Amino acid sequence: MSVKEAAVACAPPWTDVGQHGLSAEARHDDAARFNFLANLNKHMSARVVGGNAIAYESRAREAYRRRTGHDPLDRREIRDAMQGDPYYQMWSSLRRSAMEMRQQAGRSLVLRQAEKLSERAQALSAVSPGTLRLDPSVEIPRYQSAVDNHCMPGSYFAEYIEGDVSAAANYDSGMFATTTGLFGRYLDGAGAGVARWLKALRPDWQPRRILDLGAGLGHNTVPLGRAYPEAEIFAVDVAAPMLRYGHARALSLGASNIVFQQANAERLFFENQSFDFIYSTMFLHETSYSALRNILREADRLLAPGGLHIHLEQPPYHGMSEFEKFLRDWDCYNNNEPFWTTVHDTHMPTLLKELGFQGDRVFETEIHALVETAMPKVAEAVEDFGRGGMWYAFGSERAA
Amino acid sequence: MRSDQNVLPDDILSLSNAASSGKRPHFFDNPDVDRLLAIVLAMAGELAVTRERLDTVERLLETRRVLERELIENYRPDATAARERGAWQLEYIARLLRILQQEAEQMQRGATEPAAEDVSRELASK
Repeated sequence: MSVKEAAVACAPPWTDVGQHGLSAEARHDDAARFNFLANLNKHMSARVVGGNAIAYESRAREAYRRRTGHDPLDRREIRDAMQGDPYYQMWSSLRRSAMEMRQQAGRSLVLRQAEKLSERAQALSAVSPGTLRLDPSVEIPRYQSAVDNHCMPGSYFAEYIEGDVSAAANYDSGMFATTTGLFGRYLDGAGAGVARWLKALRPDWQPRRILDLGAGLGHNTVPLGRAYPEAEIFAVDVAAPMLRYGHARALSLGASNIVFQQANAERLFFENQSFDFIYSTMFLHETSYSALRNILREADRLLAPGGLHIHLEQPPYHGMSEFEKFLRDWDCYNNNEPFWTTVHDTHMPTLLKELGFQGDRVFETEIHALVETAMPKVAEAVEDFGRGGMWYAFGSERAA
Repeated sequence: MRSDQNVLPDDILSLSNAASSGKRPHFFDNPDVDRLLAIVLAMAGELAVTRERLDTVERLLETRRVLERELIENYRPDATAARERGAWQLEYIARLLRILQQEAEQMQRGATEPAAEDVSRELASK
């Protein structure tokens, strides 16, 4: 290289994002905004976040001890100790602003072409209208409506025009920057990782019916559709804009065996034991205490003999230092992820056993994103608290 | 350039900038610091966008053999250009730091100047 080697690898350019039939038309400055944000995220996770530990060790803990007479005992007391620290305040304020700027960048890109995107979605979906099943009677649950998820104005479900897909287009456009390419060009690294894992576990197995819970725009459903072209796949979500967009996107990418079904994963109308494989990717942390249990009970009911289910999440807090838990909690309080902290405190294998799943082999594992050769790999990058291409996974396998 | 990409109607602009629901946290003891930092970071973002656009222009000019970028790196202004550029820099800096100049002027004049609010009350009855 003629220029001096950068100590932190830069994010892949936003123009590398995978194109499909519903990609928003981006102009120069739209891409440049995402390039700035992606590299800002890189810098923050590689160079800035570490200063919080230094601030804690060098002054915030001591200040807390002087104030209270003892060291912080758990992550809540560490948070109390850190909230007055100028470094933590600066990091938090910048991070929150970066989240908001990411939303602004995506929305200013997609809202100006919202009508065109909606028309294109309808045209693409017209090829297979029967596989987009919207149900206006589905209510948005409290855990989705109380605050806009991860500071996404209007969340997944706001509709500004008839047949709106802009919420999904915004989500799709910005995720490549937020994840700095770690989820792959089509943001499908988790789904592709699940398909690879399943093929390795059961090399000759052919699931007949597959269910993706909280599938959103189906970016992690399409890889399963490709891996199992003979299977009938259901992508379930409460948000109509995500499903409209996902349906059109999947068809444009040649995945025609996916039904996009508007439904609440807590109460599904499918018959008992009607799915061989059930999975979710980064969905459960956007639910609630009772919803998590309802969703897993539904998985138990729907799972066929010989089938299995798996759920990908950010790593559980068990075994982590209290300081790391405190840092990971940031998103819960400051990035509108209100169930984040509870879900990561939950011991999933115990919960599965409590809920049923009798006789199943309960397991925990780690799923790595499967991404294109040119995209960065998680091992080479610093994990940005849940935005890395590597997930904790749990589930169970049922006897035939 | 099509109009929908060139001119952002007001409602789309405000929708793009919309706040997410859920009370916004502030991190500094004085929320004004968060407010100011949000503006500074947005400006840094737009500066990066402008820099990237300039970089695009330079690369396209080089591709089309209009310009070699090394000429930019090694550019040495002649005396006139150097004076014009220096003058621009000074004017730019003076504009940016106007508030300091004004504060100094007022300190110089002493604390004797009335506030308009006081004058307003005075004029209302005199």
